[in-house]
Parts: sequence; structure tokens; C-alpha cells
Amino acid sequence: MKLLVPVKRVVDYNVKVRVKSDGTGVETANVKMSMNPFDEIAVEEAVRLKEKGVASEIVAVSIGVAAAAEQIRTALAMGADRGILVEHDGALEPLAVAKILKAVVAKEQPQLVILGKQAIDDDMNATGQMLAALLGWPQGTFASRLEIADGKATVTREVDGGLETVELRLPAIVTTDLRLNEPRYASLPNIMKARKKPIETLKPADLGVDPSPRLTVLKVEEPPKRQAGKKVASVQELVDKLRNEAKVI
Amino acid sequence: MIPATTAAEDLAFGLIHVVGLPALTEAAGAPLSPDDIAAIVAEADRFAREKVAPGWQEADRHGAVYENGAVRTPPHYPALYRDWIAGGWQSLPAPAAVHGVAVGGQGLPGALWNAVQELVLAADTSFALGPLLTAGAIDLLCHHATPRQAAAWLPPMIAARWSGAMCLTEPQAGSDLGALRARAVTRGDGSYAVTGQKIFITWGEQDCSENTLYLVLARLPDAPAGTRGISLFGAPKFLPDGRRNGIRCGGIERKMGIHASPTCVMLFEEAEAELVGEPHRGLAAMFAMMNNARLAVGVQGVAHGARALALAEAYAAQRVQFGVPIARMPDVARMLAEMRATTLAGRLLALEASAAGDRARLLGDAAAAARLALLTPVVKAWCTERGVENASLGIQVHGGMGFVEDTGAAQVLRDARIAPIYEGTNGIQAIDLVSRKLARDEGAAMRALLAEARGLDARLDAALDGLARATEAMLAAQARDANEAQAGAAAYLDAAGWVLGGWMLARARAADAARYGALAEFYLRRLLPRAAARCAEAEEGRAVLALLAG
Ligand SMILES: Cc1cc2nc3c(=O)[nH]c(=O)nc-3n(C[C@H](O)[C@H](O)[C@H](O)COP(=O)(O)OP(=O)(O)OC[C@H]3O[C@@H](n4cnc5c(N)ncnc54)[C@H](O)[C@@H]3O)c2cc1C
Ligand SMILES: Cc1cc2nc3c(=O)[nH]c(=O)nc-3n(C[C@H](O)[C@H](O)[C@H](O)COP(=O)(O)OP(=O)(O)OC[C@H]3O[C@@H](n4cnc5c(N)ncnc54)[C@H](O)[C@@H]3O)c2cc1C
Repeated sequence: MKLLVPVKRVVDYNVKVRVKSDGTGVETANVKMSMNPFDEIAVEEAVRLKEKGVASEIVAVSIGVAAAAEQIRTALAMGADRGILVEHDGALEPLAVAKILKAVVAKEQPQLVILGKQAIDDDMNATGQMLAALLGWPQGTFASRLEIADGKATVTREVDGGLETVELRLPAIVTTDLRLNEPRYASLPNIMKARKKPIETLKPADLGVDPSPRLTVLKVEEPPKRQAGKKVASVQELVDKLRNEAKVI
Repeated sequence: MIPATTAAEDLAFGLIHVVGLPALTEAAGAPLSPDDIAAIVAEADRFAREKVAPGWQEADRHGAVYENGAVRTPPHYPALYRDWIAGGWQSLPAPAAVHGVAVGGQGLPGALWNAVQELVLAADTSFALGPLLTAGAIDLLCHHATPRQAAAWLPPMIAARWSGAMCLTEPQAGSDLGALRARAVTRGDGSYAVTGQKIFITWGEQDCSENTLYLVLARLPDAPAGTRGISLFGAPKFLPDGRRNGIRCGGIERKMGIHASPTCVMLFEEAEAELVGEPHRGLAAMFAMMNNARLAVGVQGVAHGARALALAEAYAAQRVQFGVPIARMPDVARMLAEMRATTLAGRLLALEASAAGDRARLLGDAAAAARLALLTPVVKAWCTERGVENASLGIQVHGGMGFVEDTGAAQVLRDARIAPIYEGTNGIQAIDLVSRKLARDEGAAMRALLAEARGLDARLDAALDGLARATEAMLAAQARDANEAQAGAAAYLDAAGWVLGGWMLARARAADAARYGALAEFYLRRLLPRAAARCAEAEEGRAVLALLAG
């Protein structure tokens, strides 16, 4: 069984994100970039499926600037077998990414696509769902547990009310939540081996997709600064403030 | 504003753009691309920051604990050490094969290992010292082990399942190893029995590795006195049949810092050992790998500066006094800039030295070997002095909170203070630079270096002229009276460090002015002038001798 794992290049989670002074977006020049942490979880899950003998091949795909090859290399060092880079310099919306992935699925014919539930840069939480819709495949989003047997995927999902378990017929789409697994660190010998694994480079046009944005960004700004807290003298005062100032009760 | 960068990014930049590792490895036939280098450094950084660093204060508080001959490291160390093994990092600089026997090394450049070490040392020095000593032992065995020894010892050490411990020091023999007394007698079957007491042995006993190979200096019965009568032996803690060898830990030291690194008294009681290398040639064998070990201690100084800087920058950005974050106060900005500039200068100088080692080893470049020999004492002493100074500045930036243990700033200083002492005190480094490295080729390697550094910046050129004059003065002093040269040596070494640090920053600026221009300018204007004062001091060795004569 072949697995496809999309990996996105994002600003490293340790970096304090700054808004560009002209309000058009987030500063990414000279900022440390890494693989989206939810995608690391997706790669880890794929590698575990391969180690269990469930999967036979893992293809990591990234869509973005040429430097996104670094994130593919990371996936290869964690245990993916080969990579596909769909190179594109401009802005990418979830729908464009989903369309490109649909074309990659047509080319690669995987039985399962494991994606992160969202990327930590724009928090869209949309690509997996859009891809499932475009392909007409079943989806198990926010997975905290994944089991594959008899042509089916059993996915335990983290939902507001608790845990929900769904069974999907393969081929299917799964998106990962934080508790699915703890991703491994790439070992030095595996980093060295990953250098020899192939990465194929394509353009969206090669896949017949036009990735130009459908939305217009008006403005990006910092969230408002948190106000200092207030000390209250009594429970009465607290209730009064909640009712009349905050208007929450 | 100086653009913010992290240690890992600066290390990758230094390897790729300043010391030219891609071209060097290409010439050596095993090319590493800039992407390869960046990927390895980034993953080592992740391991250091996410796995090693979180426990560093807990490790300091718990320390190493001695009980009935056993040593317990902090509770999280054994699992962390297993992670170290799983990461395969120990194999980085070791060769793939020795004497045709596959030993499992990756055969990557020493300069890359230097970068990985800095990151792990900055995360938790006590932890990093174990693998660092193991790397030194591996290096030595790769040069001196017999094929049988290499096959038995190197694979488990390169996999980090076994650690290495270096056993030189004895109570009466510290800087003066010629005074050591440990004895070895033949057991008649080609092996030896070693008896003696070693002190201050780093990671001599611990609960992390499954076995330890002790490399021990001892005397054979017919040995001449002094340094020419010392042989090197290898003795495992557990023998091949599983028996415990006659080696035990008699206690550990209570120390100012590196609390979690056990510093052990090791008692050898007719321990079964094998001769490594030639009889009576043990000190020479040990010194052959001294360059690497000393560079590794210099890298500790850089690591301490980097950790102190990271803590101080974060604190200064959020501590408000007089209505603004203190980072914006001119004097705090000054302290942070000094820390940044000297840490980066030391980092690049250490990379330059280890890249020279790679050029010598991989390309058989004799001039590079001389360059490495010359730079080694400068990197060891100058970088560790800056490490202590930067750790102290880091406390100062924190104000009163720096003196309080919770911030970690105080721990950096306590951990940093040993680096100027061990692996040859900085005083011994200075004497090595002046009385051996300069004297042996009458200054030729130093003159070549000073000539090469010229032409990047007028202020740097002037400082190079000053250092060139001091060099001639040191050679003249050495010819007149070795004591006079020794009395000036520490100041001379320090001057060389300040000038060569300026050279490295000028090269970083030349490679990327937007990123390093402001910091280089700060160094060249504010810090480089210190070199002139140190040169003047170096030329006044006789002022010290006047006191000795009295
Ligand atoms: C935490 C720690 C870990 C260590 N780990 C190890 C280890 O793993 N293995 C090991 O073998 N050893 C180890 N050592 C020992 C270390 O290498 C020695 O402490 C060091 O070499 C200095 O020797 P000493 O302490 O006897 O000082 P001394 O030699 O007594 O030196 C005292 C002072 O005199 C100066 N001095 C001595 N001789 C001269 C001279 N000729 N000219 C000018 N100045 C001189 C020195 O520079 C120093 O300032 C460790 C020590 C410590 C504290
Ligand atoms: C062990 C100990 C004992 C103490 N005992 C007493 C005591 O008995 N009574 C008492 O009242 N206090 C006491 N103190 C407090 C001590 O006086 C303060 O810690 C000290 O004044 C520094 O203030 P701070 O810690 O708030 O540092 P900060 O004021 O936050 O300073 C942090 C850094 O910013 C720098 N800085 C701040 N403002 C400026 C500026 N305008 N320009 C340039 N640089 C600036 C400082 O030089 C320092 O490097 C004690 C502190 C300690 C640690």
C-alpha cells in the first residue's frame, strides 16, 4: 500500500511571528522555517505504518518555494521513501493546494493520504477536507488513533464532545491531531541516507492546475494587546463586573 | 539594529560561507552540499534544544551522586543517553573503517562535529561532556589501535553504547604529566596489569553507557623517568567475559559547576589492560589527539557564551525599567553586543581551526596542519576566557535576578569556569603557543596567517601590524630568556585572539554584509582596540620576572 504525506514549510514554532510593516502578511525573510508540526505527526504515522508492514511506500509531497525541498528532506530522513516538490512562488490557498494534491493523487494512486489537520502559519484547517471532497474519498479528520486492516481505516477523532470513532473505506483521507503520536527525531545515519533518496520537481502547470488565489487579503495585523488584569475586593464585586462590565453573565 | 540569528544558523552560515566546507569536502571527494550541512546542523539543533536543554537546571540541582562505588547521574540522563545513541550523532566524525574493519562511522568533517558539539554543550554541558570524551577516545584509537583492538572497541564506542574516559591526571601530576606514577606490568599473555590512582576523571563512572573503555597513562617497569617513559593502555570496565575489571570509583568531587558530570577518583587495581601504540610513546599518542580535545574545550567557551546570550537577550527584551525594556538602554545594548560579537568571533575561529584540521587530514595539506597547530591554543584559551566573561555579562544583564539561581544565568557561569582549566590550563596553552608553536618554525606559520588576513579592513590591518610586531618581540624574548617569553605569553595569546576574532567577523561581513555588517563594525570599532593593549602587555614579560627575582 502506498501512502502520500503532504508536508508544508512554515515559520518555525519557536519563532515569534511578526506582521510585515505594510500589513500584507507575516514576515518570513530571514526567519527560521520548519516542517509544520502536524505534518511531522503525519510523517511519523506513515513511517510507523511502514514499520508495521502495512504500508510499502511513503511519498512526501510539498507545494511551495524551492526551499521547501528542505522539509521533504526532513520527511525522507524520518523514513519517507521519495519526494515530490511542486514548485510555486506565490501565495497558495487551501483550495489550490487541494487541487494540486488531487493531481498528485491521480499520478501516484496512493491508498491513503495523511495530512496535518492544519498548518501553524494560517491555521486554515481546510486542505484535507477539500481534498476529500475533490476526490470523493471518505475522510477522518483530527485523528488521535489510526488503524488499518482489511481495506479499511479505523480513525478515532478528537471532537468537541470527546472521542468519535469512524470507519473509512480505502482509499481515504486522514488528518492528524496532536495526540496521534510523538514524532521521532531524524538520526544522523538516516539524514545521510535521505540524501540519496529521489525528489521529483514539478510545476502546478505540469499537473494542469492554476494555483492563483481566489481570495483577496485586505489587511494583516497583530492581535490586540492583552489589557492588565484587575483585582477585585469581593465576590460581589466580581459578579457585578462580570454582569455589567464584561456582560458575560 | 543587528538582525537576530540563532547559534545554529550562524554555525551553518560559518561552515558554508566562511570556512567553505562545501568546496573542501568536494576537493576531498565526499561532497557535502550547503543543504546537507544546513540539514545536519538544524537536526542537531532540534535534538539539543528539545531533548537535551529542557533538563539542564534539574541536572544541575540533582548533580551526580556517589554511593558505594556507583555513580547515579540525574534521573533523566540514562534515557537521554539512549536518545543520544538512537540519534547516531557519536558516529559523525569517526571513519567508516579502520585497518579495513568496518567500524560504523559516518566519516564527516571535524568542522561539522565542532558545530554539533557546540549546540549540545550549550544545551547541557554536563551531559555533552560524556560524548565529547568518548569522541576523543575514538579519535585516539583510530590512530593507534591494532586491528584487533579497533574491531573490539571502536564499533560499540562509535555507536555510543560504550563511552570513553581519559585517565591522565594523578594527585601529583596535573599540568606536569611527567610526574605520573601509575604502573603497568606484563601478565605474560601479551596483556598488562595496571595499578594506580587517577583523579578528576570525567564520566569515569556513571549509569548511562553499558561499558566504558578507560584510556590510561602508566609506566612500564623499564620506563625512563619523565615524559618519555609513559605508555598508553586501554582497559574496559567490563571484560569480554562479563567480569568487572579491577577498576573502581573511589568517590566524586563536589564542584563549582558541571554538577551532573561525575568527576571521579578512579582506582586501578591490577586492572587487565592492553598496550595501545608503542611502549613509552603514550604521551605522544595522547598529544596527537590533543588538538581535537583542546578545540572541543574552546568550543565549550563558545557554547557558554551562546547560552548566556540566549538567556540575556530573552530577559532584556521583557524586563522593563524606566518605562522601557532594558534591551533598549545603551549600556545593556553594549553588553549584549559584546556577548554577540565575541561569541560569533569565537565560533567562527573554532570552525576555521577545525576546517584547517580537515584540510590537513583529507587533503594532506601541510600548511593547514601548521595552521591547526597554531590556532589550537588560541581557540582553547581565548574562547574559554570569553565564555567566562560572557557568562558573567549575562548575569549582569539580568541584574539581581542573574545572581539568583532560577534564571539559569548563574549556572552558565558556574559551568563555564572549568573550561579555562582542564585539557591544559590556559596558562599552559599560552606557553604552548609562544614557546612551541611560534618557536618551532621561528614564526613562519604565524606570519603566513597574518599576511593572509590582510586587506579586508584598514583597522584590522593596523591590528595585524601590531600583532606582527608583538610576534617578533615574543620570538626575541624566547631567544633571550624562555621565562621572559612565558611571562608575556598569556597576554600575547589574548591579543592574537582579539585580532583573529576581528578577522573572522570581517570575513563574515564580506560574505553577507546585511546580516553581519553591523556586528562586525561594532567589533572592529569597540573591541579590536583591546588587542593593542594586550600586545603592549605581552612585550613587558620582564616586569613579571622582576617580581620573581625579588
Ligand atoms: C572538572 C574537571 C574534569 C577533569 N577531567 C579530566 C579527565 O577527564 N581526565 C584527566 O586526566 N584529567 C581531568 N581533569 C584534570 C585537569 O586536566 C587538570 O586539573 C589540569 O590539567 C590542571 O592540572 P592541576 O589541576 O593539577 O593544576 P596544576 O598543574 O597544579 O596547575 C595550577 C596552576 O599552575 C599553573 N602551572 C602549572 N604548571 C605551569 C607551568 N609550567 N608554567 C606556568 N604555569 C603553570 C597552571 O596553569 C595553573 O594555573 C579534570 C579536572 C577537572 C577540575
Ligand atoms: C543578593 C541580593 C541582595 C540584595 N539586597 C538588597 C537589600 O538589602 N535591599 C534592597 O532594597 N535591595 C537589595 N537587592 C536588590 C539590588 O539592589 C537590585 O538587584 C539592583 O539594584 C539591580 O536592580 P534589578 O535587579 O531590578 O535589575 P534591573 O534594574 O532590572 O537591571 C537589569 C540590567 O539593566 C541595567 N539597567 C537598568 N536600567 C538601566 C539604565 N537606565 N541604563 C542602563 N542600564 C540599565 C542594569 O545595569 C542591569 O544590568 C539585592 C539583590 C540581590 C541579588
